[in-house]
This record gives sequence, C-alpha cells and structure tokens, in this order.
Amino acid sequence: MNNLTKPLLTVRNLKTYFKLDEGMVKAVDGVDFDVFPGQVVGIVGESGCGKSVTIKSALRIVEKPGEIVDGEILYHPQKNADANDGPVDLVTLKAHGKKMRDIRGNEIALIPQEPMAAFSPVHTIGNQLIEAVRLHQKVNKKQAFDIAVQALHEVGMPNPERRMGAYSWELSGGLRQRAMIAMALTCNPSLLIADEPTTAIDVTTQAQVLNLLRSLQERHNMSIIFITHDLGVIAQVADFVVVMYLGRVMETGTVDDIFHNPQHPYTKALLESIPTVHSPSKELLPTIEGSIPHPFNRPAGCPFYPRCADFMAGVCDKRTPSLQKINDKQSVSCFLHHDKAEEDEAA
Amino acid sequence: MLLYVIKRLLLLPLLVIIFSMFAFFIIQAPPGDFVTSYIAELAASGSSIDQAQIDGLRSLYGLDQPIYVQYLKWMGRIITGDLGVSLDWQRPIAELIGERLLLTVLLGIFTFLFTWALAIPIGILSATKQYSFIDYFFTVVNYFGVSTPTFMTALVLMWLAFSKFGISITGLFSAEYVDAPWTYDRVVDMLKHMWLPMVILGLDGTARLARVMRANLLDELKKPYMEMARAKGMSEWRLVMKYPVRLALNPLVSTIGWYLPLIFSGSVIVATVLNLPTIGPMLLRSLTNQDMFLAGSIILIYGFLAIIGTLISDILLVWLDPRIRMEES
Repeated sequence: MNNLTKPLLTVRNLKTYFKLDEGMVKAVDGVDFDVFPGQVVGIVGESGCGKSVTIKSALRIVEKPGEIVDGEILYHPQKNADANDGPVDLVTLKAHGKKMRDIRGNEIALIPQEPMAAFSPVHTIGNQLIEAVRLHQKVNKKQAFDIAVQALHEVGMPNPERRMGAYSWELSGGLRQRAMIAMALTCNPSLLIADEPTTAIDVTTQAQVLNLLRSLQERHNMSIIFITHDLGVIAQVADFVVVMYLGRVMETGTVDDIFHNPQHPYTKALLESIPTVHSPSKELLPTIEGSIPHPFNRPAGCPFYPRCADFMAGVCDKRTPSLQKINDKQSVSCFLHHDKAEEDEAA
Repeated sequence: MLLYVIKRLLLLPLLVIIFSMFAFFIIQAPPGDFVTSYIAELAASGSSIDQAQIDGLRSLYGLDQPIYVQYLKWMGRIITGDLGVSLDWQRPIAELIGERLLLTVLLGIFTFLFTWALAIPIGILSATKQYSFIDYFFTVVNYFGVSTPTFMTALVLMWLAFSKFGISITGLFSAEYVDAPWTYDRVVDMLKHMWLPMVILGLDGTARLARVMRANLLDELKKPYMEMARAKGMSEWRLVMKYPVRLALNPLVSTIGWYLPLIFSGSVIVATVLNLPTIGPMLLRSLTNQDMFLAGSIILIYGFLAIIGTLISDILLVWLDPRIRMEES
C-alpha cells in the first residue's frame, strides 16, 4: 500500500489480558498492525491465537475479565464533526460511553461469526436493521425502513421488503449472513470487521459471501479487517496479511509476499501444511510439530520456539523478538531476520 | 395466532369435564362419607342417631346411589348453576364461597403482581451486576425468603406488630366492616389490610422468581446477540432490556399457569394463621368434615383456575415468542 495516505486504524503494542483465578491469560500480547483506507487486511492464525480478542479490543467489546492493559488503538474518525481533529485513541475512551458507541456500528461495524446466534430470535430482521439505522442516523421510522430495505437489496437479498418481517431462523445460512452484512452496511461504516464470517456456512455459499464482501468493499471504498483461520480465504480476499501466533504478530506483508515469499518459520510451516492439487495423494501432509502451549504456561522468549524448525538455543528461548521491517512491505518477528546490531540494542 | 386461541378455547370444556371427574373421584376416595363423620361427631358429643335417620340422610343426599349416578347428578346441578348445599354449614355453597372466592382471587392477583413487580427487577439487577455487593445482598435476602415458611413470617410479623405497636394485623377487614355490605369505605378498609398478607404470601414467590430470573438472564447475557447489539453501538441498559430480558422472561411466563392455583391452595396455613376470610381454610374444614359438595366445588374452582392460568400463559407465550407461534400454525 502506498505510504502517503494515513492509516485509518493503527494498533500499537496492544495487550489484552484475561485475569482468571487460575492465572493471567495473555490473549493479546503486543500486537502491531495498520489498516489503510480501502485496504482489506486479513488476520490469520490458529484458534486461540488472539485474533478475535484483537478486534474485540478495537471495538471495545472485550468481555470481563478481559482488559486492555497496554497499547494504543488509533482511529481516524471519518464522519463526525471532529473528523479533522486527527486520530482518537480508542483505548482511552470509555467502553460503554457515548463517544465509543458513536464509533461502534457507525464508523466501525462488525460482521459476526455466527449470524444465527447474533440475531435475536424473537425480533424480526427488520426490527434489528431499523434499530441499527436509528442508533446513528436522525431519521424517522419510515426512512429507516427504506434505508434497511436498500441495504438488504444491496447484499442481494431476494424480496427485501418481505424479509424485513422475517425472523433470523426463517432464513438460510447464506441469507442470514447477508442480512448481517446488510445490518453492518446500514450506517455506511469506514471499517468493516468480519470475524470468521464464512465459518458457519457451506463452501459454495462461502464463495458468494466472499465475492459480495469484495464487491461491497470496492463500491463503498471501505476498509475491511478479515479474520479467519483459513489461508485459502485469505488468498481470495486480503490485500495485506497479519499472521498471529499466541497473541503476537509473527509476520505481516502483502498477500503476494506472504504466500510466495514467507520469511517467518511459522508462516512457512503453515503454508506447507496446505494440501495442493499437485501434492502426491499417498503422502502425509507436513504438520507443525507439537501443539499450541497451554495459555497458562507460555514459553519465555519467542512463543513459537518449542515448535520451530529453526530454533536457536540460547537465543529464541531467552528473549522475545520484536516485529521488524525486512523490506518496505514485509515485517517479521524472528531472530533469523533481526539485524545483529539492532538486536543487541534491543537487549 | 387467532386460530390457536380458538383451538385452545374449544379444548377448555373437555378439560373441565375431565378435571371434574378427578375432583369427584378424589373427594369420594376417603373411606366413609359425610354421614359417617356426622355420626362420629354426634357420638363424640354424647348423642346418637338411629338407623332410619341415617338412611334418610343418605338417600336425601344421594349417598346410597352408585358413584357415577352421584357424579352425574352433581354435574347436572352444577351446569344449571347450582353448586348444592354444604352438608356441614347447611347453607347454599354459592352463598358460602361467593365473597371468599372474590377475596381470594383479589389477594391472589395482588400477590402475583407484587411478586413480579419485585422479583423481575431484582433478578435483572442481580444478573447484570453479578458478584457485586447488590447481587450478594439479594442472594442472601432471597435465601431467607425461600427458606422461611410463610406462616412463620406471618407469626413473627403478627407478634412484632402486637408486642411493639399493640395492633392486631389479622383478617382482611376492621371489626366494623367484617359483615358490612360492600361500600367504598369497606373497599378502602380492605386494601389497608390486604398489603400485609400480600407481602407475606409474596415473599417466598418473589425470592424464587428472582433467583430463576437471575439464572435465566445470566444465560442470555452470554449469547452472541449481546455482543452484536453492543457492536451496533447500543447503550448497555437499552440492549439488556430489549434482548436478554425479553428472552429470559419467556420461560417464566409459562409458570403463570400453575402459579395462580398455587397461591390459592398454598395460602391455607397463612390464611388460617392470619384469620383471613379466604377460601383456603374453608377447603381444609370441608375436607376434614367430609363436606363433599363444598370440597368438590372448591376443588373444581381450583382446577378451573389452573386451566385458565395455563391458557393465559400459553397464549402469552405464543404472543411473546414467534418460534412457538411458528410451530403452532
């Protein structure tokens, strides 16, 4: 992406911890990334790597006992009067306060993982869409109804007027997710956060939903943060990729760099474990050795070192590498790529 | 929806008939009959009665006929609006239970409203502020409420009122209004007395209902639609009231059905302790004296209330929850 435009969202050293009776779970432990206007950023990682908590932190909807303990989330408001006042640090806002609520849904909208559970079963789709419209726009019920129908129409919902009176459980999985996307669109947000939006639906519908998101992104010139554990999905939708492991960013780069020129041993291992049409059928797929450590006893140093093929004793298990640029598009958090001088300076 | 209500209303008479058979069977079940206990009573007081008189009494009340004939005769009279005569009080049953029924229903409705008006907000507060001081406070209060028998509360309050303030808090009327005809002043007097039995009878139910509401709401508060509503930018209170509270109430609505008759039958001891002119103590007396037609009438009315209560809660549930509405149509 070009560096001349200012980022819409900047996350720096974000730390979100969950204080449990059994100990502290560092779900997000120092995450950095940027989202530029009009960019689709894919965050990829295994279950429990902190990708959902990262975006919940950005929306300030992390549930107790989770808490943002450090870092900044700078957002450039695009809509309200202080749009020119520069970025707002969302971490400093009150989670349920008016300012944060004006941003949630209005500037940054969420598409959840399970549309079935995210809609109330006893309220109609229309009721919930109109509510979303009227939370942020000063319009009457009739106008709100029209905006909602327009949004349903835009996401390709057949018979949008009639669907306004339907309940979520009366729709198919794909239509339900379309209704969710419509709800996110009603306020024309600048940033759309999609939290594994295609996990709960079947593969053919998945492709339709992905195409829809891509085309909506182009039409509205929105930015999208797309969270998934599916590298195939990332390859289809993302411009820029953030690879996460155990609450930390391992590597960032453009989608081409990540897929064709991965630098971090974790990224490489992930890509090797994807089956391709060329892989010999009788052979086992390479897997990543070991399993994800339990959140209570995370390794000291680099979180990936116990499973890493390039583990360097005395280095990786002693100190934690930081995310460093290796060229103007790609950053890696690994001692293999750390400049020796910088490393000593950091230590 | 309308179709469903009509369907349910059509089922109503059938339910009432089945229930009346059970009611009749139950009051017939104990060995002996009214005459037997009447003889025992006479014997206890030293007098006696000869066989001719006994047979006369038996045939007068139809006690010598087969059970189904007795039942049919009884039902026949009830359909024409005649509940019969109390064997024990020697007065028409309609006259006996008329005012008591009215007072019982009034007290029941007041207690019900009191319970819900108090329990639902307490449940909501406890759940939304889980593990806070207010939640622990209500938890302790609720356990007291659930574990203290209502008659105990009644006795303690009566004793306190009498020993500290020198007032007697029994009954539903002041002495001068007990047998007075219904006037505006009598209604006011009744309302002045009604609140205490209402509170005593309602405490137990309030505590239970608040616990159930808390548990239901805690389940709902974890649902993904909460997160979604937050992500939309809704304010916390508005979204809690609109989504999870609404969903947590649904299962409670279905309890209205058995709650109504429970208030009437459950209040027997309290009504006896507080000397309330309600129907509970009368049922108790009619059962011990085998006053079968009075007991039958009261049980029939209980059953009718249970059926009406279930009907109301079913209709409410269908109205509240579109998923159930969908299944029904």
